[in-house]
Amino acid sequence: MITLERRPQPSRAWSYLSPLLAVIVTMIVGGLVFAALGKPPVEAIRTIFWDPLFGDFASYFRPQLLVKAAPLILIAIGLSFGFRAGIWNIGAEGQYIMGALFGAGLALAFYPSEARWLVFPLMIVAGTLGGLIWAMIPGLLRVYFRTNEILVSLMLVYVADFLLDAMALGLLRNPDGMGFPGSRNLQQYPAAHNAELIANTGMHWGVIAAFFAVVAAYILLSRHIFGFNVRLAGQSPRAAAFAGVSADKMVLICLGLSGALAGMAGMFEVAGPSGQVLASFNVGYGFTAIIVAFLGRLHPVGILLAGFLMALTYIGGELAQMNLQLPRSAIQLFQGMLLFFLLAVDVMTNFRIRFGRQKVA
Amino acid sequence: MKRRTLLKTGATAAFAAALGAPLRAQDGPMKVGFVYVGPINDGGWTQHHHHSAKEMVEHFGDAVELVYQESVPEGPDAERVMTQMCLQGCQIIFTTSFGFMDPTINVAAKFPDVVFEHATGYKTADNVSVYSARFYEGRAIQGHLAGKMTQSNKVGYIASVPIPEVVRGINSAFIHARKVNPDVEFKIIWIFEWLNPAKEADAAKALIEQGCDVVLQHTDSTAPHAAAKEAGGVYTFGQAADMAEFAPMPRISSIIDNWAPYYIDRVQAVMDGTWESVNTWQGIGEGMVGIGEISSAVPDDVKAEAEAMRDAIAAGEYHPFTGPLTDQSGTEFLAEGEVADDGLLAGMNFYVEGIEGDIPS
Repeated sequence: MITLERRPQPSRAWSYLSPLLAVIVTMIVGGLVFAALGKPPVEAIRTIFWDPLFGDFASYFRPQLLVKAAPLILIAIGLSFGFRAGIWNIGAEGQYIMGALFGAGLALAFYPSEARWLVFPLMIVAGTLGGLIWAMIPGLLRVYFRTNEILVSLMLVYVADFLLDAMALGLLRNPDGMGFPGSRNLQQYPAAHNAELIANTGMHWGVIAAFFAVVAAYILLSRHIFGFNVRLAGQSPRAAAFAGVSADKMVLICLGLSGALAGMAGMFEVAGPSGQVLASFNVGYGFTAIIVAFLGRLHPVGILLAGFLMALTYIGGELAQMNLQLPRSAIQLFQGMLLFFLLAVDVMTNFRIRFGRQKVA
Repeated sequence: MKRRTLLKTGATAAFAAALGAPLRAQDGPMKVGFVYVGPINDGGWTQHHHHSAKEMVEHFGDAVELVYQESVPEGPDAERVMTQMCLQGCQIIFTTSFGFMDPTINVAAKFPDVVFEHATGYKTADNVSVYSARFYEGRAIQGHLAGKMTQSNKVGYIASVPIPEVVRGINSAFIHARKVNPDVEFKIIWIFEWLNPAKEADAAKALIEQGCDVVLQHTDSTAPHAAAKEAGGVYTFGQAADMAEFAPMPRISSIIDNWAPYYIDRVQAVMDGTWESVNTWQGIGEGMVGIGEISSAVPDDVKAEAEAMRDAIAAGEYHPFTGPLTDQSGTEFLAEGEVADDGLLAGMNFYVEGIEGDIPS
């Protein structure tokens, strides 16, 4: 008989090991799935994890990793504070969209300005504000009406999605676009373009912001009283209340922070890699970032690594689709398995496996 | 191996320019890339592109190699997918959705030695052609059949994305439905996507509940047919593919996209070195638009009329947009006997007189 026994202390070793183990188990099970689809499993795994980094065209793919990972990291860092404190913002996707709409809207309002020194910083502010405002809706509703922030933030994703459709077809539509939907392309609007800082490095302002967020989050969590309060609120809400931490304030700060960072990510994306406000602008970064946050153990450095790993599965997954004709859904399944196995393996952090007969205490 | 070393040295500005040249000289089959917006088994738009692509490969045999990627989001991810195809040595890349327009132009600028063919867009470059089919010719025949077949005089129309191509189709169908049935009304539902079986089914059900007994669609899946079949007594038309599995009822005819001759033609041109940037817009006469078998549910005389119209359009004797035609505001845009030119058709963003409602904006 196998039983699970609660550990007196969560195991430190396991908390580091479990993400690694989850990745390995995902690779194995993923390989089996690929094999069942009649594709060579080892080659598929190699295509996903190795080729983008060291394969034939790695010099193109490595910078693309930055482009793909930056929004994930930025959003996940924001989410990690709330998740630590037990505040569940599931609507980062909506906040990401709103950030993009605010940022692009501001840029287009100034069109065709040449004052980059004015327009671009204002766009960052507007994008951040857009995400912040959208996140404040579930925040204030929870504080004043005790609604569930999980549901409200999630539902607001769909509202934001419709707003995006309406903007791409209406207010922000390119007047020179021959009646087609979509805004002007910000890539052709130098004052607003979030271009690569050095050509072909993938390094745009969003990447810088993501790295900066990682460092700031690290300092905040380990050196600042706010980080302590966040951890305390998550581990023991009662103790936090006795220590004078206002639960409502915590809700607003955590949701605000995650909304602001998600909005910023959206703004950098719309002004850079994407360029246009289109109905198809959002591709699920806000949801994938939840996986990234947990895969990274809600720790800034962990999130940084997890963000790159996730980006790798995206880019490698595309390669596997193209070279091995793996269906797209198999790749999505693969990414989902990562979180699934992480949660499964996580049991080992708090429990240990006992073989043999359970003793009656 | 030469390719690899070249890649590593030409990592920055000369990156793309340096790449194009050696790829041309490669031995083995010519790689032809296809970027699809939907899954290759969507039963409609993408499936038919893929089908035509495979026909093209069959035609050339070992001389070409097909590289494709399905379900590519319209945005920065599309740009990466196209770049990957260029890097892997594709010499011609077909991007088969309107939303790939800006990404195609961007990537084409980086790879001057690769040629691109973008479906349904309007931006061309030295190495970018655009191609589309005159679907509105098929719509005229559908409109005729719809006007004749409806008992309730209510025709439903599931519209996708409000771009001129879709609006043109609605107008063409409506004009010809009204011609044979002055009491006919159109009910139009926009779903803002090309393919979403769930939304398409919902739209079809809503239209049927409102009393529509003919449902036209400008969306890609067979879901409306399934909904119509369930309801019974409702007529539908195959879109992009024949969708013959729903014949003779509810599907009474279809508009079939036949891209294969064009694909063969363009790939051959690259092989011969005669490829030039062109703007292709072909209809029934050239064979790019096919009218699927009109099923036994349609009375013989109606079928004969529809086939006569098809032949007249094919022969160039009849143009679906022949004056007098007025728009919704009552302004005449084509005088008696006047025929619409391509410029008017390409930018058509208004409804003709008699259609109720507004184009979403």
